[in-house]
Amino acid sequence: MTAPVESSLWRRLFEPKDLQSLAPGTKVLTYAALLGWTFVVLFPLYWLLITSFKLPVQVNDGPDYLPFVDFAPSGHAWRYVFVELGNDTLRPYLNSVVIAFASTLLAVLFGAFAAYALVRIQYRVKLGLILGFLLILAAVVVATAAFGLPWQLSLAVGVALFLLLVVTLGPRLRRAVGNEDIQFWIISNRILPPVVAVLPIYIMFQQMRLLDTHAALILTYMAVNLPIAVWILRDFFAGIPIDLEESAQIDGASKLRILFTIVLPLAKPGLAATFLLVLILAWNEYLLALFLSTADAQTMPLLVAAQNATRGPQWWYMSVLIIIMIAPVVAMTVLLQRYIARGLLIGAVKG
Amino acid sequence: MTATLQEVPSSRLSEWLDRQIAQLLILPTVLILLGLSIFPMLISAYLALSKFSLAPGGYELRYVGFRNFRKLLFGSQQYHFLGTFGALSWFEWLLLLAAAAAVVFGFLRYLRRGRVGVVGILGRLIAASVALGLLLLLLITLNAPGFPGSLVVTLFYVLAGVAVQFALGLGLALLCAQQIRGRNFFRVVFFVPLMVTPVGIAYAFRMLADMGKGPFAPIWQLFGLAEFAWSADPWSARLVVLIGDTWQWTPFLFLILLAAIENQPREQVEAARIDGANAWQVFRDITWPAIAPVAATVVLIRLIEAFKIIDLPNILTNGGPGIATESMTLHAFIAWRTQDLGGSAAVGYMLLFVAVISCVSFFNFVVRPARRHEA
Repeated sequence: MTAPVESSLWRRLFEPKDLQSLAPGTKVLTYAALLGWTFVVLFPLYWLLITSFKLPVQVNDGPDYLPFVDFAPSGHAWRYVFVELGNDTLRPYLNSVVIAFASTLLAVLFGAFAAYALVRIQYRVKLGLILGFLLILAAVVVATAAFGLPWQLSLAVGVALFLLLVVTLGPRLRRAVGNEDIQFWIISNRILPPVVAVLPIYIMFQQMRLLDTHAALILTYMAVNLPIAVWILRDFFAGIPIDLEESAQIDGASKLRILFTIVLPLAKPGLAATFLLVLILAWNEYLLALFLSTADAQTMPLLVAAQNATRGPQWWYMSVLIIIMIAPVVAMTVLLQRYIARGLLIGAVKG
Repeated sequence: MTATLQEVPSSRLSEWLDRQIAQLLILPTVLILLGLSIFPMLISAYLALSKFSLAPGGYELRYVGFRNFRKLLFGSQQYHFLGTFGALSWFEWLLLLAAAAAVVFGFLRYLRRGRVGVVGILGRLIAASVALGLLLLLLITLNAPGFPGSLVVTLFYVLAGVAVQFALGLGLALLCAQQIRGRNFFRVVFFVPLMVTPVGIAYAFRMLADMGKGPFAPIWQLFGLAEFAWSADPWSARLVVLIGDTWQWTPFLFLILLAAIENQPREQVEAARIDGANAWQVFRDITWPAIAPVAATVVLIRLIEAFKIIDLPNILTNGGPGIATESMTLHAFIAWRTQDLGGSAAVGYMLLFVAVISCVSFFNFVVRPARRHEA
């Protein structure tokens, strides 16, 4: 007897009336799941926010959930971070701003050049020359590091050898790599774990007395994010119709002029998307900063990470620092999500 | 007159620029990557083969061959890198045999299909032996007396993390792609964690996971777990790292899978619905084939990034208890901090090796076939 009743109830709950709408049961479950994940996403951020307004004793006594109800919010942590620490907070913050913006600007600029070139110009690089270059480079490294040759000498010999190779063997080599291969090589740099490259970069900057400077971090971040910029921008450029450029070319405009007056303005949404994405990556970067900066060029992630110091974690100060670090990013994400997401989408969907 | 006078030098320059444009556009990128990526890699290879020591007035590098790698794989650092070995039960032997059989079967099928090349055979042999070796290592170190080292812990983060995040991302994307209100709200909110710095996430989760004073303390008290210290237990510590990683990276998979689902052929879905197909059938026969190429690509991207994990374990647990949550990048960092540059570079190179083989294999055996149908 109960079976038909149940099945009709089931049907009423889970079978849609028509193709466009959802059945009420499905709808409830869907919203429950989505709101559940919304809670998962927002709760850690909410907890950071209220912890930043708590007194130490309130944090140590156990959980209080609602400001004004469970505990009286206090601005002591904010005052401490902004007034008493003052410059110690401001300096890493400014470092982060300078390094993130400068490295992103460079990465997007060079990335745009390379991406445009890969879309519009056919390259044929002789495979033999690349192998020769790598062999000579390895030989230079070995000669300098293992046999103690002065690096100026080994570098000069290396360059001479390579030029000789280009002049003598260059024209005879057949196998060449095209745009696809160059592109793959650029993007594949992203697979290399940064920890492999950072040790020599550390030594290199040490030799150049650039450790713990803005320049070191800007250069490194630029190099790390360049492949992403090329990858995303390439798809944007590929989507720009070639007709405009062709007619400009017929009118006698130079390639460089076409790039700056026609292509880059047209690719603005793509450039913006790439810029935002790379900016956030640079802003959040931790490992390279850990190696390459100590005090003067310390960035925000390091300052936040260093809060776990001698007196045990002081969650209230830490929360303030984390909030001032992520607030601009979260605001940007909420306001410009469409653009940032577009960069990710184009890179991943077209692959 | 003045105009032409001014134009002469600038036009010569611009002519030169125009002739060299092909080189000039790509050269900065190539030079940057050569200088800050390829060249350091070569130096790192040399570092991995040498012993670093502080000497009066600087430091000294001495070539020691493969000693750093031997130390990691067989010597005093084996416990740290590979782990401590336990014994295998009959069930795990069976599992291993089954995996080996699957690999052999796949290889035979490849041979039978014709179109065999040296590169194909070599690539498959390398991929198969690395996969089987890693599986053996996983089983052997995760067994009772055994204890995983940083390689196994990294693999755990990568495999478990990517699997969980893919499942969650796909589930949320499917829910979000329905005819519901507020889709844009969810899309924006779900995207936020991806942009939050991992360092901040790590501290936030340390607060949340505090079982005595965190927000979930009442729940833990209910279960009598208030005194339990998750950071002292290897598996709960790894789990907390995994939860933080999942919180951060699920949005990435969600966002891209959602875009892929929204791009699926609408008419086909509606036609199938009219013919009475249920949701599972629609997913299996229409949605999944449509999104498979994107899904494979996005998993590959996630895989590439997953191998680099360091922030979360370093701050959540400091790699502890002991070495239980130490990823390979963290292992390399710790070695560097103790002046063992050679050991650090060797760990880095092992990570490079495992990451490249995994990603290239995934690309060749999963992404390529998935994309072939698309074209």
